[in-house]
Amino acid sequence: MIATEQQNLTAEIAELAGRHGRDRGALMPILQALQERHHQISEFAMQEVAALLDVHPVEVYSVVTFYAFLKAGKEGKFVIRLCRTISCDMREKDKVARQMENELGISFGQTTADGMFTLEWANCLGMCDQGPAMLVNDQVFTAVTFEKVHDVLEGCRRSFSVHPAPKGGH
Amino acid sequence: MNSHVINVKTRGPILFGGVTAGEGLKKALAMSRSEIISEVRASGLKGRGGAGFPTGVKWNLAAAALGQRKFVVCNADEGEPGTFKDRVLLSDYADLVFEGMTIAGLAIGARQGIVYLRGEYRYLLAPLEANLARRREEGLLGSAILGRQGFDFDVEIRLGSGAYVCGEETALIESLEGHRGEPRNRPPFPVDTGYLGQPTIVNNVETLALAASVLAKGAEWFKAIGTDKSTGSKLFSVSGDCQSPGVYEFPMGITIAQLLKVVGGEEAKAVQVGGASGHCVPAKQFERTLAFEDIPTGGSIIVFGPGRDMLKVARNFMEFFVEESCGQCTPCRYGNVALLEGVEMIEKGRCSMTHLNELKALGETMQISSKCGLGQSSSNAFLSIVTHFENEILGRPVPA
Ligand SMILES: Cc1cc2nc3c(=O)[nH]c(=O)nc-3n(C[C@H](O)[C@H](O)[C@H](O)COP(=O)(O)O)c2cc1C
Ligand code: SF4
Ligand code: FES
Repeated sequence: MIATEQQNLTAEIAELAGRHGRDRGALMPILQALQERHHQISEFAMQEVAALLDVHPVEVYSVVTFYAFLKAGKEGKFVIRLCRTISCDMREKDKVARQMENELGISFGQTTADGMFTLEWANCLGMCDQGPAMLVNDQVFTAVTFEKVHDVLEGCRRSFSVHPAPKGGH
Repeated sequence: MNSHVINVKTRGPILFGGVTAGEGLKKALAMSRSEIISEVRASGLKGRGGAGFPTGVKWNLAAAALGQRKFVVCNADEGEPGTFKDRVLLSDYADLVFEGMTIAGLAIGARQGIVYLRGEYRYLLAPLEANLARRREEGLLGSAILGRQGFDFDVEIRLGSGAYVCGEETALIESLEGHRGEPRNRPPFPVDTGYLGQPTIVNNVETLALAASVLAKGAEWFKAIGTDKSTGSKLFSVSGDCQSPGVYEFPMGITIAQLLKVVGGEEAKAVQVGGASGHCVPAKQFERTLAFEDIPTGGSIIVFGPGRDMLKVARNFMEFFVEESCGQCTPCRYGNVALLEGVEMIEKGRCSMTHLNELKALGETMQISSKCGLGQSSSNAFLSIVTHFENEILGRPVPA
């Protein structure tokens, strides 16, 4: 990571600690915000958070690794979580899963090479009456069909190309 | 943008009808703390999160406990497979839930409430925050609530991050305090030593909404519904093989057969009551009742039609627990893996009766020796399925 990026992250974490507090109870909200913005909680970020909250970095690491929605490694911009629990299973979530893998060219637990999508399993999402259910980041989709898989992925891709990155940069 | 619909099928007398938000709080403000707690006790209301602890008793313990600060925590972690009624309450009846928290705060002398909302429900965060902002404007939260000097109470929403075990009340508190969601030994109970070491009541979303209703309409009205030992009504989250899955409000004490008739699931060969940690009830027991004195439940009802392979069901539940065990204690950490391996042996047609009996004994050991409710109940589904469907699952054809 280049120096300015590190400085930016340090400043951002200080700002988050300013908002959520510097006691241990602020740890989860800070980590959740970092995960949302950066799609990961890097080792450097963990060290910075630990320093600000005055806890050992290993403590932060152990929290990050405990929770399914916090990740040390980089995730895609869109994290797709398909429910694999019983009611969705009975509504043929396996077929949707295969379709998803085919559309994205990756398996569960992987991220596409362009860093756009991560595909994961989730446990019950609380939509059991309308399965198969999945989350795409914070949004929930129910009664997912083959067509819906395609539409949702297209929707994600479109939402990201609305503001194309300026050309000619590095 | 969200594509989900709210699937409410039966609007029963208590939560889904009759009570308007505001009634309960106004009545509570005219009462003393001990009168509020007495009313909740007299209603016989028991916790809707699964364990069924009497709510009035819990509030009384927290009210009597000594602490510099006290907290009211609303458990909105709703992670039990097959449960989604709290989502419906938080979507459509949030005022009733917040009102229940406020009344609880008044009763125990707490100034701060916290909703622990599962990360999977993050899409509810913005509407809930908007609701809280409106309540503050209306003087229903903040300082001197509804003009009562000295009664200050506010609510903060905190998110979970995808861990089922954080629904367990002490793991939830650990998570709020910025730790791994590993359950603590109990006692001490949260009513003495809870969030930040202070007296804390942890109540389920539905319990809090019902408490507001009890204050609005009175204990007698509430007690007239349900059974002697299980008063009031209950929300059921119904999914699986039936015509009309969704959320239903029924009086406590309804039989499984009656419920199946309403939801269009009479063909069922079994029903999973209470989610992955609950019990699988075979058709011959459908006259049993859904009540604390018979089959207690947090309200998850998963219907299995005649064609369902019950071993697959057992496998799905065991995979769930292997994934969600926090790993802190041995019976749960190893036991769930061993039971899943047992399911795999049965699938391959390679499980002897002797080995099956060993697995059953292991399941029973887990029930008595695990540290928290997760490990104490994770073998329930396996045990009830292998007991009631022994003929179906043993002696399966060996896969080629
Ligand atoms: C593994 C596990 C998960 C739990 N998940 C929840 C949950 O999601 N929601 C809930 O209200 N209670 C849950 N509970 C029960 C809580 O520990 C606690 O008993 C409950 O929140 C108390 O509220 P009540 O008295 O209003 O039911 C869970 C318990 C265990 C052991
Ligand atoms: S029973 Fe399971 S979930 Fe509970 S403390 Fe032990 S290992 Fe953790
Ligand atoms: S089983 Fe998939 S949402 Fe509950």
